[in-house]
Amino acid sequence: MPLVRERQQEEGQPVIHPLGVDGLLIRFGARLCEAANRAALAFRAAVEAASPQGVAESSTSLTSVYLRFDPTCTDHAQLSSAIMPLLDSRDWYQADLPQGRRFWRVPAVFGTELAPQLSEAAAHAGLSPEQATKSICAAPLRVQAIGFAPGQPYLGELPPEWDIPRQTDLTPLVPEGALAVAIRQMVLFSVSTPTGWRHVGQTALRLFRPELDDPFLLRPGDEVLFIPVSREELETIRETNGSGGAVAERLC
Amino acid sequence: MAEVTIQQAGPGVTVQDLGRPGFLAQGLSRGGAADRLALLEGAALLGQDSHLAAIEIAGSFLSITVPAPVRIALTGAPMRAFCDGDPLVWHASHALPAGARLKMSGSRGGYSYLHFGGGLGVAQVLGARSAHLGAGIGRMLEAGDRLPLGRERGSTTGMTFDPFDRFDGGLLRMVETPQTQLFPQAQRERFTETVFRKDARANRMGQRLANDGDGFGLQAGLSILSEAIVPGDIQITGDGAPFVLLSECQTTGGYPRIGTVLPCDLPRLLQAPASAALRFAFVTFEEAVALERAEANRRADLGKHLQPLIRDPHDMSDLLAYQLISGVTDGDDLERKGP
Repeated sequence: MPLVRERQQEEGQPVIHPLGVDGLLIRFGARLCEAANRAALAFRAAVEAASPQGVAESSTSLTSVYLRFDPTCTDHAQLSSAIMPLLDSRDWYQADLPQGRRFWRVPAVFGTELAPQLSEAAAHAGLSPEQATKSICAAPLRVQAIGFAPGQPYLGELPPEWDIPRQTDLTPLVPEGALAVAIRQMVLFSVSTPTGWRHVGQTALRLFRPELDDPFLLRPGDEVLFIPVSREELETIRETNGSGGAVAERLC
Repeated sequence: MAEVTIQQAGPGVTVQDLGRPGFLAQGLSRGGAADRLALLEGAALLGQDSHLAAIEIAGSFLSITVPAPVRIALTGAPMRAFCDGDPLVWHASHALPAGARLKMSGSRGGYSYLHFGGGLGVAQVLGARSAHLGAGIGRMLEAGDRLPLGRERGSTTGMTFDPFDRFDGGLLRMVETPQTQLFPQAQRERFTETVFRKDARANRMGQRLANDGDGFGLQAGLSILSEAIVPGDIQITGDGAPFVLLSECQTTGGYPRIGTVLPCDLPRLLQAPASAALRFAFVTFEEAVALERAEANRRADLGKHLQPLIRDPHDMSDLLAYQLISGVTDGDDLERKGP
């Protein structure tokens, strides 16, 4: 391939790939690790600040940054050269988490008919349903990426026993606000969707509200602590609180 | 404010414009018209801005009434269109009189577009008027809906053009993805030698493809960390069938992708009838960028290729149907065409 900087992916070394006719992918790791996640968030912020010519928009996923460019202004090789000095300017894996992060407390029902796969997921992790709920709620989880659907967070990282696979079949539909688990991560669904992740909790969160000026509830870097509540409590929250009972404090 | 009323709408009829770029970081894909080129063609036919919203009809049917005179243009997959029973030429602009009823049905598949002078003036959400069904923005249109029209600034009608050839399938050029080289060479070659057809499973997020013979895929057990995905990506899902992502696709995904169809070739996929043969070929990134730039130039010049809707008498199968001799016509005979 007539590229830019293609190297064998080594941990601790970013790689630039072309992505489509009008994009570049800067990958900081082929596997999820906290340093690669921080590196992606920090590098994207630096690219946004530098706004290289031709870049139309940028985003992050778990360990990579996507740059979409206007192909009438630049191309893969040119943009790759343009961002190389920035990429080489520091050790992105040592970067701090983004500024303006928030700490959220989010009420959630675990198990019951609202979240029918708690027992199954717990069994895969070698835990009882009660232990599983306690484990998930023991410490805040970080928003590692927003993606897939509008405002949808990938939260991590759970303790090692949660390295459980996705199910092979898809659950046809989980509702908005569903909390699902796989591979030491949790996902909170912003829209009703089919999924291969196991549905262990249910929140009343509305992660994407297009009618608001700021329609996206969570940002990468935010931390989320789940607070177990009863089904009745969740229904009350749903009826009385537009943001699903979520309460935020500034982290930095 | 002028408005149009939906009398009947089949499934898959939505308001669409060029979509909402700028929200990928928040997980919201751009969306917008499945066939963007058709939006530009409609704008050229009406001599107006390409950002105006139109109605997209995904292989379905629609009938509307207009209380006041309105200009329209018809683009994308051809349908049978009638204004108060008189057939209208597709790929053309027309003037509808006050009280007219427009009925459209019977496309061979793909996406058809109905444009209005001034565009649709429905409320903007996050800077665009397009429905994004996957994100829960907007919805499919239904009988009884009333859609306001934007401010009319033009008057041209009765124009046509030769549309970009994209209604019979054909070759789709693609570039490599970060995973293309993970597919064994024999499989990549077989992919480019295979004839595909559109599967019935399709929506604005993606189009599943079908082929005779084996499916495709990587060896089991290879897991790919979820990363950015883009419209045109050809994901190979668990059952071995290729799935081409479209304008309303998710923003990230972990399925391996064998290639990415060039944006300038996507209309050929979108507008292919179910029976049309589709093939794929790799091009280099340099070739792809050059092709996109050439297409951007061609699209910028669409307005230069309009012609008045006049028919050559030699092409008219039934000359006597046209009141050529008396010189007495309704004034719009030349805009009509036999079914």
